[in-house]
Order: sequence, then C-alpha cells, then structure tokens
Amino acid sequence: MAVASKYLPGAKQAHDTHHEEEDHKQYLMFDPKPRGEMNAMVMESMHTTSWKFWVVFGILSVIVAVCFFYAWGYMIAEGLWVAGVMRPSYWGIFLVNTVFWIGISHAGTFISAILRVFKAEFRRPFTRAAELMTTFGLIQAGASIFMHMGRVWLSYWMFPLPNERQLWPNFHSPLMWDLLAITTYVLGSTMYLFLPLIPDLAMARDRSTGWRKTFYKILALGFRGTEGEWRHLITAMNFFAFAIIPVMFSVHTIVSWDFAMAMRPGWSSTVYGPYFVLGALHSGMGAVAVVLFIMRTTMKHMDYFIRKEHFDALGKLMLMVTFAYTYFFFNDYIVQWYGGDVATDNLLHWLEEGPMAWMFFQMVAFNIIIPPLLLWSKKIRQTPWLLALIGIMINVGMYWERYIIIPVTLSINRMPFTWKLFEPRMDVFLTIGTFSMFLLFYMLASRLIPLIPVWEVQEGQMAHSLRKVGKAHVPTLSDFE
Amino acid sequence: MTVDLNLVGAKGAIAEAAEGKWGMSIDQDICTGCQACVAACAMENNISFVGEEDAGYGRSQHWIRIERFWEGAYPEVKATPFQPMLCQQCGHAPCEPVCPVFATPHSEAEQLNLQVYNRCVGTRYCANNCPYQVRSFNWRDYHTIPERGNMVNGTLVFPLHNQFNPDVTVRRRGVMEKCTFCIQRIHKAQDKAKSEGREVEDGEFTTACAQACPANAITFGRVDHPESLVSQLTHQKRGEKHLEELNTLPRVTYLKEG
Repeated sequence: MAVASKYLPGAKQAHDTHHEEEDHKQYLMFDPKPRGEMNAMVMESMHTTSWKFWVVFGILSVIVAVCFFYAWGYMIAEGLWVAGVMRPSYWGIFLVNTVFWIGISHAGTFISAILRVFKAEFRRPFTRAAELMTTFGLIQAGASIFMHMGRVWLSYWMFPLPNERQLWPNFHSPLMWDLLAITTYVLGSTMYLFLPLIPDLAMARDRSTGWRKTFYKILALGFRGTEGEWRHLITAMNFFAFAIIPVMFSVHTIVSWDFAMAMRPGWSSTVYGPYFVLGALHSGMGAVAVVLFIMRTTMKHMDYFIRKEHFDALGKLMLMVTFAYTYFFFNDYIVQWYGGDVATDNLLHWLEEGPMAWMFFQMVAFNIIIPPLLLWSKKIRQTPWLLALIGIMINVGMYWERYIIIPVTLSINRMPFTWKLFEPRMDVFLTIGTFSMFLLFYMLASRLIPLIPVWEVQEGQMAHSLRKVGKAHVPTLSDFE
Repeated sequence: MTVDLNLVGAKGAIAEAAEGKWGMSIDQDICTGCQACVAACAMENNISFVGEEDAGYGRSQHWIRIERFWEGAYPEVKATPFQPMLCQQCGHAPCEPVCPVFATPHSEAEQLNLQVYNRCVGTRYCANNCPYQVRSFNWRDYHTIPERGNMVNGTLVFPLHNQFNPDVTVRRRGVMEKCTFCIQRIHKAQDKAKSEGREVEDGEFTTACAQACPANAITFGRVDHPESLVSQLTHQKRGEKHLEELNTLPRVTYLKEG
C-alpha cells in the first residue's frame, strides 16, 4: 500500500487549532464515525419506515396499476389510436419519454464512473443513488420504446433470432443500433451498480435476520471481505468504470442518430450526437440534485452523509454542464438557420412564432438562461431545496426540449399540405405511469438496498487526515491504490 | 444509364435503371381535383374509412391525396393546380434502410418499394423518413369498429366487408401501408400475358386511380419503354419530379404549365 499524501486545496487553513477542527468538521471526510456506528446508521435508515412512506407508496402503486399497466393494455388492445400520434407526427410522447429517461439515466453513470476514474472525493456518499437512477431510468426508457410500437407483441422480430425463414433484422436501421446500444447499457450499468453494492450487501447480511438475511445472503455472493476478494472487486470495478464511460457516450449518440440519420428538416444535424449527450447530462445532473434532496429530507441519518459540500460540488458540475450544453444548443440551431434550407427555415419560424413558441422560449430560459444566473452563487448551491428546485426546472426544460425535437419538429416537413400540430392524448397517462413507476422502484430500493455506499465513505474517511506541518494542520489525502 | 444503389448486405446489390420500370405521369394542368382517384384507390386497395374526426386529426389512410394550395394573401388569392400526391416508388427510397425488420424492401423484379404487412412491427420510422409523407399507418382496426356494424341474429355483421377486393390484404392495426402501384393488377396482367406467351402491352391495364380519372390526368405504364405513352409524357419539357434534390429517384412525373 503506497501512501502518497497530497495537499487538498479545497480546505481552508486557519491557524487557530480549535476553529480549524470545527472548520473541517463540516466535511464528511473529516468528520469520521466509528465503523459500527455508521453501519448501524445506514441499516436504521433502511428499516425506519413511517406511515407516510406507505401512503405515498400506496398512491404510487395505484397510479402505476392504472396509468401504466391498464392504460398500456388498453392501448395494445385498441391500437395507437388512443395516443396522439398521427400524420405527420408519427412519433410522439413515447419517444419523448424514451429520450428523457435515457437522459436521466446518463448522470448516474457519469457521476459514478467519471468521478470514480478521476478520484473526485465528493462522489463517495452518493454514487449508489446515482447508479440506481441509471438502472431505473433505463427500465422506463425501454418500456416507452415498446409502448411506441404498433405491434409490440412482435417486438422479438427485432432480435437477431435464428429462424427457419432466414429472416434477419436490418442492421442498416438506426433503430437496430439503438436496440443494441441500450441493451449493452442496461447490462453494463446494472453490473456496474451491482459490483460496488456487494460489500454493502455483505454488511447488511451480517446485521439482519429473517427473510432479509436470506435476501442479502444470496445477493452478497458469499463476500467475506478478505484481501483477495477486495482485490478482485476493486479490479472489476475499475474495469467497469472505464468501460462504461464510452458506452454511455455511445448510447446517447446513437439515440440522437435515430433523428440525425433521418431526412427531416431540423433532424438531420451532424452535431446531434454531442448535443444529445450534453442534454442528457444536463437533465441527469438536475435529477441527481432532486434525488439527493429527497433522500436527505425523508430518510433517517442522511443529513450526516449528504451535506452542503455535496450540493455545492453538484451545483458546480451543473454549472459546467449548462455552459457546455449552451455551446451545443447554439451550434445546432444557429448552423441550421445559417444553412438557409427552405424547409428548415419554415421549421425555425414555426418554432419561434408558432403555437408552441411558449415552449421553445421556456426551454431556452430553463436550460440556458436561468441556471447560470443562479448557480454561480455559493449560497444558492449550498441550499439543498433551491438546488433541487433548479434541478426540477432544468428537467422541465429538457423535457420540453425533447418534446420540441420530436412531435413539434415533426409537424413541419417538406410537404406543406400535411402540416399539423400534435395533440397529446392518452400518452399523458402513460407518461405519468412511467414517472410513478420510477419513483416506486426508488422507494422500494430505499427499503432493500443501502443507498449509501458505506464502505466507500469509510475508505474515504480513512484516506483523509490532518497532518501537522509546522504549526498548521494541513488536510491531506492518502492514495491507497 | 444505370444507378448502383449498392445496398450491401442482406439485400444484395441492386442496380436498376435510373428511370425505373413502372412509372406514372400526372398532368396537373388537366386535374380537376375531383378526388375520383382517391375513392377508386380506397375501393381497390381495401383502405379503411377512418371517419370524420380521425381524418380531421391527420389519420386518413388514403394512399393518394389531392393537395391544394393557394398563392398570395387573402384578398388576392390565386389557386394553384391540384397536386395529387402518392408514393413516388423511389429508386433510392429513404423509407427502406430505416426499417429494423426489413418490412419495406425493394422489389428487384418490379423495381417498386414493397410493404410487407405481416412483417411490419409498427416503429413508423419509414413514415418519418418519407419526404413525401405518403405512408399511412393503421392506428386502429377501423374495419371492425363495433359501432359501425349491424347486429344480425346476435352476431355483428359489417356490410362494407362485402366490397373488399379479394386480391388485396386487409391490414390490421399497428402496421404501415402505402401505395403499391396496384401491384395486384401488375401481377394479374403479367400472368395473363405469360399464359398467352407474350409481353404485357402498353395500356393493357392501369392502376385504379388512372382508370378512374375522368380527365385522364393520370397515366401509368412502363417508363423504361421509350414508345409507351407514359414515357413520352414523362419526357416532355414540362415534366418535373418532386424533391429530386434529395436523390430519391422518384418514379412519378408531374406535368405542369404546358
């Protein structure tokens, strides 16, 4: 174990020893608790379930049953007639939801994998919450794709299954690339969620009884915490952290190609790949802020793990992503406008002065103008509810963005006779259904899985220490790997 | 001149004539906009009657539609010629490569775009990618809406089913469909000619829309035979093709301002 210490520039130096310690206590890494106590705190946060939880849980279950399962069944039986899709908007809200949920799922992996690779210390307490968002978001994205299909009961025809008629899927189609990319992402991100979970599951196994014990015993795969097991686990996690980053970039690029490869004004734009990736990170960061805020306010002991410093760091990250997103947004729209193609000109006029202009300008305000005006302030970044509110605002803006890209852009094409504005119909219920299902899964997970990666926090606290240099205490970080 | 469409892979490389095999010319100067072609097409190809409300919302399923436009602002309005729009049977069709299950392949023999109804899973990508917006989707089982049937001795009977064309499939909900250039008529004429040991003659048969047109504005036939009527009309100076700049190689020529 090579120990190299480095100076942490983020922490303030004060010469008064007493104040100094107080000062450092506000950082989770310099406020260690004994292992047993921390484990007990996380276990307690999982077990303490108030009646309010069950009320919300019940309401969400009913919404999922009605708006997701019943509504989808009805739509399968009746045909897509019950949704808002028509000529020329052959694609509607279902694909808006797909792109939105894949976007949400991006931040999970981004925060977890990229920050792990770059060893950003503030990631430690909330990687798990972000990774769960990836997995649950992808479930909703997948469901939305299947909702969108006209004959969903034949969707297995898109899988390359050998058959006696030698029928094969068409790998020229961007939809096939999409299917493969999303499948890879689901599998990769689920494994990436599972690997860092193993030590925590083992911890939970050692501290529970009854059916929970059996549950954790199966999932922990017999992890005992020996040196060899840790070494294998760390290697595997490094593998996945590096491997999942290119997969994450490719997935949203391929999702954008569903649009960019088509010959539609407004869609065939070469900058769509990075634009969509940044859009996904933009909405995903916002969603992480919302999830952290909800966790911190509703679950027990979470205010120890999730602190102002984490909201502050997340706010900075959101600010950077906002700037990057802004760059690609103008790169997309201004270049298209400059091109001067008649059909594109019609489309841009429709966006800025058509019936959906309010949505377009709200999108610009929510995604580009307002976030940098607020996020520069440290006070705002460190106020959890404000940051969560900004997160919700960005997500509304990003939902509008996808809505504009799909049904609103489709309203305008090269055949002016067919121009028509999309009206949402039963798709609204199914949208509510997917949102409720996401929340429901999250609530269930919060009762079954330790939402805080305890071992990662403990590892971080062990690595951080105050060293005495002359008279001053200098915060340092030891690198264990 | 041949164009190498070079769609590699499962489709094989198809090289076909730039002008195609079957083609159509539509004379916009004599089209009266009477919609007889629309009605005839619906009868011939078992197209659903979607009803007023759905048609108003953009769900009409006609394979051919009459587009009308105006020029100028309100008091000084000038009507432009009617523009019947149907599948252009592109030689280089944008709808074909995007289908994930090969439900819309290209026919090597007839050089037309086919739609395989029983292979379609309803992703509707082809319709999005069609610059002419001529594909229609079966949003619902319009043929069997209970309110449209009559109850006879306890069973629902649909009188309109009696006028179905037996040569054409009735499509169920969730599949895409589009103009086929009346491929059932093409095959019938080819079978007849083959049994009589000859080639199909020009004007021996025609599509339902061309047959119904009272002004004879629509002409159908072999565009690769220079002496056929449709090729002579097509090669007039007033012929133009829609959205040719997209390199779709459309097979329908519009004649205007002669």
